[in-house]
Parts: sequence; C-alpha cells; structure tokens
Amino acid sequence: MTRRDVKTTTLVGTILEEEVVLSLAEVCRASRLSAERVIEMAEEGIVEPVGSSPERWRFHGASLRRVRCARRLEEDLGVNTAGIALVLDLLDELEQLRARLGRFEP
Amino acid sequence: MRYKDYYAVMGVERDASQDEIKRAYRKLARKYHPDVSKEADAEARFKELGEAYEVLKDPEKRAAYDKLGADWKAGQDFRPPPDWNEGFEFHGGEFTGASGEDFSDFFDTLFGRGAVGGGFGRSSRRSFRARGEDTYAKILIDLEDAFTGKSRAVTLEHTEIGADGRPSVKQRTLNVRIPKGVRQGQHIRLAGQGSPGVGGGEPGDLYLEVEFRPHRYYRVEGRDVFIDLPVAPWEAALGSTVKVKTPAGYVDLTIPPNSSNGRKLRLKERGIPAKQSGDLFVVLNVALPKADTQAAKAAYEEFRQAFDFEPRADIGG
Repeated sequence: MTRRDVKTTTLVGTILEEEVVLSLAEVCRASRLSAERVIEMAEEGIVEPVGSSPERWRFHGASLRRVRCARRLEEDLGVNTAGIALVLDLLDELEQLRARLGRFEP
Repeated sequence: MRYKDYYAVMGVERDASQDEIKRAYRKLARKYHPDVSKEADAEARFKELGEAYEVLKDPEKRAAYDKLGADWKAGQDFRPPPDWNEGFEFHGGEFTGASGEDFSDFFDTLFGRGAVGGGFGRSSRRSFRARGEDTYAKILIDLEDAFTGKSRAVTLEHTEIGADGRPSVKQRTLNVRIPKGVRQGQHIRLAGQGSPGVGGGEPGDLYLEVEFRPHRYYRVEGRDVFIDLPVAPWEAALGSTVKVKTPAGYVDLTIPPNSSNGRKLRLKERGIPAKQSGDLFVVLNVALPKADTQAAKAAYEEFRQAFDFEPRADIGG
C-alpha cells in the first residue's frame, strides 16, 4: 500500500444510506430537531423506525434526508406534518419520473 | 458593497402590505425551494429571497431599510449613511429557513451583529451544546470514483464567527476515500469531522452528499448505468464486436446482427458495484455517414436499390 507516502491522512467514511442505523438521539442531533418533532414525524409515517419504543428505535440511514427535508419544508414554507408526508412522497415519485425522463431526453 | 433591492427580489411594490409580502414570499419560496425546485439557480434565488423576506416581513427592519430611500438601484455601490438607523429599536427575530450566516454583506452591514444599534444575536437561537454540531456539504465526484473507490481531495468552505462577531469564510481540505458503490444523493458520514465541540465536547459528524458530475455519455439511474453508443449502420445490421469505454474500463461488446436503433444491450452487474450490483445498459445509437462524396452517394444509391424498404409502413405513410 502506498498510503504511507500520502502526507494527509485519508478519511474513510461510511455510506449513511447503506451501512448506518441511527438512534433517535442521533437523528435529532443530525437534523437539529427535537425528539418530540421526530416522534410526531414517525407517527405520521414520514420516517419508519423499527423497535418497540422511541428509546429503542433504530432509523435507516435514509431517514435523515427525509427529516432534514421535512424541517426545511416546515420552516421555509410553513407546511404541516401531514403536508410534509405528502410532499415527500410526491418528491420521491417526481425524482423517479425525472430519472426515467432523463433516459429519453439526455 | 452592492445595494440590494429587496422589493424587486420579491416582485412587490414598495408600498405593498405585509400580507402581500407574505403571499409573495410563500409563492416564490415554493417555486425556488431547493428541495422542490429543479431551476438551475434555485438555491441562490432562495437564499436571496430569504434575505429579502427577513427584512421586509419585519416592520422594524422594513422601516429602517425604507429609510435608505427609493433611489438606490440594485447592484449600485452602496455605503450606509452614518445615521441611517438612528432611533430604530430592533428586536431579535427568528431567521427564515435560509441560514442567517449566508446573508449578504449588505444585510450584514445593516442588520448584522456589527451594525450600529442592530444587535441581532446571530447565535442567540443556538442553545449551549457540549458536542459540536453535525455539518453537511455537497461533493461532486466522477462516476468512475464510485466504481473504484479511490481517494479524493475535497475542499470545503465553512463560515466561522470571529471574535468580533463577524462571520468569515474558511477553507479546509480533506482527503476522503470515496466508498465503492456510493450512489447519487447518498451521504458519506465522516465521524468527528463536523463542528468542534464546545467546552471540551466531542466534535460533530460531517455528512458529504454525493453528486455525480454530469457526463456526456453516461447516465445513472439508481445503481444502473446507461451508455449511449454510436454505431455504424453496418455494425448494427451485420453485427460486430466493438470496444466500449465503461466507468469500470474497456469492455468488448458484441452487437447482435439485425440490431435496430435504440436497442438496449444489458451487461449484467456491470453497473455501480454493491452487494447487489447494478447493470450496465448500452443503448445503440445508429449514426449515418454523410453522403458528401460521389462514392458515398453511389453507395447509398446501391443501398436503396438493394432493398424493398418502406420505413413508414407502420404509420401508413
């Protein structure tokens, strides 16, 4: 290996969406949302943690993107929790359609 | 410093009511919100909009801004008159979604921490936290990096609030191994590379959102990669083997005889590598040689006579 020749250390990260599961505390910290808000979002189905109670919840890494987007929609546009769930689902669908469209109109 | 015309940014008249301003903001915010909009300059427009709204939604700041007068033009070199905000009392308000640290120098001079009598605590909404905050940045990488998992230098900019309370932009460069198999929109988590901790606390984490640099021939959909491959008519008709450059290197591709334009050839598991790798699709794009010499014209003529071919048979042409 030539790593010793490199002066700066190489940082090795993990792919959030594939290798990482997050606790409620970690989701709150990374999204700057209160636990109450994240629990409300989970109740609305915006994110779907597994586990019997909030202290044991485990979130898929992809949840972080959803709760952060949810926070922005709420702060910037005044969308409520049910509205956020709808917007996120529609955005997912839109993204798939745009990707498919990109195949036909490069 | 350039003058900013907040009324023009929001598309309202100078005498617009607070309700009109709110409506204009909501409408434009929906249009340019970076999570929703695909406009190329959405992020910049949204930031500008947030700044304009921050001032115009607040009657105190709006009155102070109006006091500068209506004669300024957007982009004009601006220096605030020494007494411009005399007698105004400001109350700290919440910033809109756009982070206040990203607002322009113009905003900062008038309403920022350093402004005379301004005194908006930029950090007042931050509660004391021992652990540093998690931070986010976008990085542009080449599709090939996701195939090979090589290391790349990533330069990041962040804003630091100095001892004088003014923000300044600092740069730092990290050498990051791009994890093999990373896809568009995913995040690379680098533990401990976020904001430094307060009072001896641990630093936060850094999340890098991955975006592939647009490529002329490659398109990516999830883990699948699509390549447009130009082929000669005889290669498509007679079949052939051609060398194709893929993100993982060159492959010899067999084109079956009688392939039509747009035919999709699948190379299984040659897409973005993962436990379940994506596929690579080569889409044939039949290119016609120009009939610009006598010999070429004669060849096309011969071509025509050799076939009894009606391309518009299906559409009743």
